[in-house]
Amino acid sequence: MSRPIISVEGLGKSYLVGHETAHRERYTALRDVVGRHVRNFGRKALDMMRGRQIIQGDDVEEFWALRDVSFEVNEGEVVGIIGRNGAGKSTLLKILSRITEPTTGRVTLRGRVASLLEVGTGFHPELTGRENIFLNGAILGMTRGEIKRKFDEIVGFAEVERFLDTPVKRYSSGMYVRLAFAVAAHLEPEILVVDEVLAVGDAQFQKKCLGKMQDVAQGGRTVLFVSHNMAAVSTLCSRALVLVRGRLEQSCDTSTAIASFLESLKQDAQNDLASRSDIKGTRAFELERIVCLSADGAEGAVASGEEARIRISYRRSDHFDSAANLILAIRDSFGRPVAAMNTRFTSALVDLPREGVIECVTPSLPLVAGFYSIDAYVYLKGTHSSGGDLAFHLADAAQIHVLPSDKVPASRLQDAANAGVMALDQIWTQADKAACVS
Amino acid sequence: MNAHELVLEPGRSEKNYWRDLWRYRELFQVLARRDVSVRYKQTVIGVAWAVIRPFLTMLVFTVVFGKVAKLPSEGAAPYALMVFAGMLPWTFFSTALSDASNSLVANANLISKVYFPRLIVPTATVVVALVDFLISFAILVLMMAWYRFAPDWKIVFLPLLVLLAFLASLGPSLWITALNVKYRDFRYVIPFIVQLGLYVSPVGFSSSVIPPQWRLLYSLNPVVGVIDGFRWCILGESAMYWPGFAASLSVTAFFLWFGIRQFRKMERSFADLI
Ligand SMILES: Nc1ncnc2c1ncn2[C@@H]1O[C@H](COP(=O)(O)OP(=O)(O)OP(=O)(O)O)[C@@H](O)[C@H]1O
Ligand SMILES: [Mg+2]
Repeated sequence: MSRPIISVEGLGKSYLVGHETAHRERYTALRDVVGRHVRNFGRKALDMMRGRQIIQGDDVEEFWALRDVSFEVNEGEVVGIIGRNGAGKSTLLKILSRITEPTTGRVTLRGRVASLLEVGTGFHPELTGRENIFLNGAILGMTRGEIKRKFDEIVGFAEVERFLDTPVKRYSSGMYVRLAFAVAAHLEPEILVVDEVLAVGDAQFQKKCLGKMQDVAQGGRTVLFVSHNMAAVSTLCSRALVLVRGRLEQSCDTSTAIASFLESLKQDAQNDLASRSDIKGTRAFELERIVCLSADGAEGAVASGEEARIRISYRRSDHFDSAANLILAIRDSFGRPVAAMNTRFTSALVDLPREGVIECVTPSLPLVAGFYSIDAYVYLKGTHSSGGDLAFHLADAAQIHVLPSDKVPASRLQDAANAGVMALDQIWTQADKAACVS
Repeated sequence: MNAHELVLEPGRSEKNYWRDLWRYRELFQVLARRDVSVRYKQTVIGVAWAVIRPFLTMLVFTVVFGKVAKLPSEGAAPYALMVFAGMLPWTFFSTALSDASNSLVANANLISKVYFPRLIVPTATVVVALVDFLISFAILVLMMAWYRFAPDWKIVFLPLLVLLAFLASLGPSLWITALNVKYRDFRYVIPFIVQLGLYVSPVGFSSSVIPPQWRLLYSLNPVVGVIDGFRWCILGESAMYWPGFAASLSVTAFFLWFGIRQFRKMERSFADLI
């Protein structure tokens, strides 16, 4: 057995982040405000003189995005990396692709790394498709000769022959993404690092991308693959790493890893959402818990086409008097928005007590089987569209696991991209031919 | 396969940084070409702009310094010609400085999504400024024809002086670029530096009007050496003040070393800050 192509030992990455304490305080005395500004200014001036980074905010805190991560990857392995938002997946890939430096630990790479952290990095809208292929290829580390050799293949894959000499700002967003992915898909490094890039494009193109990824995986290349799409991870990867708040929680075969990740999501759902670190907004209104219940009261899992009940516990600060606008946006496992529930359409939610529970019921959930996530938004003093204040926003606040039902059976991953996300009630009959003539 | 074993550790400055820079020379070309073609595609009068700006400034300076203040030109050279020969390297320097300082922030998406030696980005912008410079050089040639002013043999040093102008712009540009990522407030400082520099550099007048006892001190401004060099080489009318030129060269070399050093020191944290 040769030495692993990637070895990571005790890897850690810390960021300095600033917090604004002002929004949390109920009363702000002028004296405090002035004092804080003077203090901030003093700190910034001092930092600047010492040649350190200047951070906005009132308190500066060291935040470990990755902590003590160690693993090895052998040549030819395809390894998935899963974890919720902010777990440190992208940070890990950024360190491996040398974009950022680790704070502790060490990484040994025994092969050339190409990274695909975003589709279409460096595309310039003013340049033509042809120019952008060369530009993007060079950015991703291809030589001019290499790009020339693969040019026709890239254009063919992207299906943009006719628009090669049009500036890409005239492209439809689908064409743009196709071209960008096509360039990246023709990279041939020894180690390929891919972050969440399947979440773009239309269904057919996603299917093509998955196919391409599968070719790459089977071609003996070493791949690290970050995705929120469990179905894609389980098809492509033989092994998976689970990151939880910057720590490596599991490193085992894909199905065990996914099961433990989903279990951890379920446990997280028991916890207060307000303790999550990725909340945005003024937090004058906080959601504590969001759960999805089926008609028989099972948490987290709902059958396709059956009743679904979303239960939200909240608390609010006492100095606001208007109604809250609550939005739950449902996204599928490709990250595509699927549906939204919005309290703008109801008047049932005025005069909310300081804490309480709100429920939203859908009599029959028209989604095909799979994993969905919910992003929560709360606006005060107006709605999202009328420019209210964002009080609370949390991506991936809850998960819904939609189970296949008798009405809508599950489909395999490769078909899933074609099957769409809607589960329609459908009645098929043979029509009487005579009835059609008139 | 072990040929490229790479170890990533905190604080490890890369041993083969310069070799890496060489490996990425194609990206450098591509970025420089992108910046040039975007510049000339976006503004309808792209080329004209590179020409009109220094030309108008030259007119104003010729009137103010030559006609109103009646400052002397260099030898028999028409005042306008002398101003323009100094205006060219100055415009190059100021364009390079202000474009480079924005370059990393403008390419934030690249910096945070792919690896390459970051030095490429500001250097490519300086190349774009060089293209502007070469275009407006055509105007100088036209003006010389108009005044029937023929340069002498010293014109053969022109390529070397262009190189000097490039290096003199690169050093401070790299330094300011790195600072601008860390302390965004610097973007307000740069126009000010550029504005002030126009008047403290011998653009509108010949550096021979500086009193002799101040001349050496004045030459610590690296742009002074470049402008004097250009006038010496193109107009060939006055003797070169060599001690001052040597001082300018040393300051240029220092800034180049300092700029690259500061840039490399901060380079590692660019992706986190941007
Ligand atoms: N440049 C930065 N400065 C400060 N904090 C940062 C920086 N980059 C990332 N972070 C923080 O590090 C944490 C990990 O971020 P990372 O992007 O790695 O998460 P992720 O697992 O990729 O999440 P997602 O699933 O949303 O892509 C986050 O809390 C993020 O806010
Ligand atoms: Mg990420």
